[in-house]
Amino acid sequence: MTVDQISPQQSAFSRKGAEGKDPRAPVEPGRAMADESAVPIRVPLRYRNRHVEFFYRLVTERPMGAFGALICIILLLTGLFASVIAPEGYNAIAPLDRLKPPSAEHWLGTDHLGRDVFARIVHGAQLSVIVAFAATTLSIVISVVIGLVSGYLGGRTDMTTQRLVDGWMCFPDLIILIVAVSVIGPGTWQVILILGLLFGISGSRIVRGAVLSTKENIYVHAAKSMGASTLWILWRHILPNVMPPIIVLFTTRLAAVILAESGLSFLGLGIPPPAPSWGGMLSLDGRSYMFVAPWLAIMPGVALAIAVFGINMFGDALRDLLDPRMRGGTGRYMARVNRKPMP
Amino acid sequence: MGTYLLRRLLALIPTLIVASIIVFGVVRLIPGDVLDLMLTENDYASTGHDTRAELEQALGLDKPIYMQYLSWAGNALQGDLGDSLWRNTPVTREIGDRMPVTLQLGIFSLIIALTIAIPIGIYSAVRQETLGDNVGRTFSIVALAIPNFWLGTMVVILPSMWWGWSPPNDIVPFFEDPIENLKVLLLPSLVLGASLSAVVMRMTRTMMLEVLRQDYIRTAWAKGLPERTVVIRHAVKNALIPVITLIGILVPILFGGTVIIEQIFRLPGLGELLLQSVNTRDYPIITGIFLITGVVVMLVNLLVDMCYGLLDPKVRYDS
Repeated sequence: MTVDQISPQQSAFSRKGAEGKDPRAPVEPGRAMADESAVPIRVPLRYRNRHVEFFYRLVTERPMGAFGALICIILLLTGLFASVIAPEGYNAIAPLDRLKPPSAEHWLGTDHLGRDVFARIVHGAQLSVIVAFAATTLSIVISVVIGLVSGYLGGRTDMTTQRLVDGWMCFPDLIILIVAVSVIGPGTWQVILILGLLFGISGSRIVRGAVLSTKENIYVHAAKSMGASTLWILWRHILPNVMPPIIVLFTTRLAAVILAESGLSFLGLGIPPPAPSWGGMLSLDGRSYMFVAPWLAIMPGVALAIAVFGINMFGDALRDLLDPRMRGGTGRYMARVNRKPMP
Repeated sequence: MGTYLLRRLLALIPTLIVASIIVFGVVRLIPGDVLDLMLTENDYASTGHDTRAELEQALGLDKPIYMQYLSWAGNALQGDLGDSLWRNTPVTREIGDRMPVTLQLGIFSLIIALTIAIPIGIYSAVRQETLGDNVGRTFSIVALAIPNFWLGTMVVILPSMWWGWSPPNDIVPFFEDPIENLKVLLLPSLVLGASLSAVVMRMTRTMMLEVLRQDYIRTAWAKGLPERTVVIRHAVKNALIPVITLIGILVPILFGGTVIIEQIFRLPGLGELLLQSVNTRDYPIITGIFLITGVVVMLVNLLVDMCYGLLDPKVRYDS
């Protein structure tokens, strides 16, 4: 039995059933024995630690996802150690060095104020990481609260909530963002707040959907018949079982938040200068300099594209590995499952 | 179908009310000090809105809140969205002047996105796990990560550097001089369309793969039909139905995209008006555009649902 034969229902994060049981116990004894006779065992079957097992599956089944994870880790480390990597800071103005092309001294050149573009991109990574994590965490909290309440309580509460969400969701994201910024003004905290609210409300649909399919499980009815309180059921039974889609939502939202923030900053409505937002570095204010110094336009965009690419890849892999319900037909894993010989 | 249409229209009413309250709430949320800012920063003195009381009256902030909502909603229903604070022109006329450019940009981009993405998506699915499929998928993965404002900036900057060429932005109405009009709008539409095509491609490929696994496709193969017939007559026809719903998802993204693309290519569309109004704090125009985008998205979704029903006989309306 190789890793391929792990049934999709036994994802690395499903606690129920996996605990207290020997993880090596075959799911379907007949098939496992047949496979064992056919396939020589070279790799360890399954790891006892589910995190290690998950990592193993990520690397072997979804190498692009592992590559994406690597990009995410690099982005995170760059953000954490920005002031170590680029100690001169993001706003070290040096008029004599203005608009210098990339060189050994300034790896990615300098901008119209003589600031080192590499240093600004590194500090921009920090800003992106902060905004992305703060806004995404906020949005997930909002999604989970709305999704749990609306999905579990159902009835009139659900109806009302869903109409409100409907009304909210008929506005284009960027238009909401622009209008909201026009009212509460640009700034880091404002952007985090608005992005969190925006993605929080739209994400609640996904959580609600997962809750709807979970709440009909027999263990929920059992808990209810034993007199468990609604809060206890939500916390102990529903939430752990809707965790996989929430984790997937989290990663996809990270990329969306980074893109939305840089789009806003590009329009001059996000994080105001001199903060080194990648979108802000591309904004129209610097347009006239970009014609003479194209690296000003190229480098922040490349950084942005790599970051979003990495998060997307990692998110796709997570979705395929964690949550079979959300999987499209595109994954390699799916293809392998389908090719499994008939017993 | 008739009763279904009626029911769908009735179901739109609560959504519309919620949406209008959201739009209305935005104006109410303007903190008081913004009014002071408007007076000091945005030199409204020349437009007759020079005192705080005058400004409050123009924004309708001087009455109790439910009255404000009712009179605003009543006027909006009659097609009156108020006057621009800055130019004293009706908001509807301002929006009407800018609408054609945005609409044209949006429709062109959508057509371009669909014509690029659907054939590649179909090919990718039919030749799954081949070189062509991998090239197509890599394209879509990379295109998903490239933000449209960066792509647009590159398209403006690089040709100008290399050949001293920059895209024209003197727009003429399409029906006056289609060729001149296309010269201006083609490049922006291509940029927006290309960035949208990634989503459509992934969706088409997923749907095709789903359909290709169905029993009726196996039957078609077993009958000995040629590949062309199996793919086009049996698979594509069924796979494209869900792809149509994608248009409903794409339209809000398109609205956001046009704002950015209009800004990059300096086109006088709705997005440009919106950003300009944000800078001058012209709230009647901001709320007007906000409301109209919401209503357009709602109507497009209704239309998509209708088409879905017409194309897919499995969808029943009388349940």
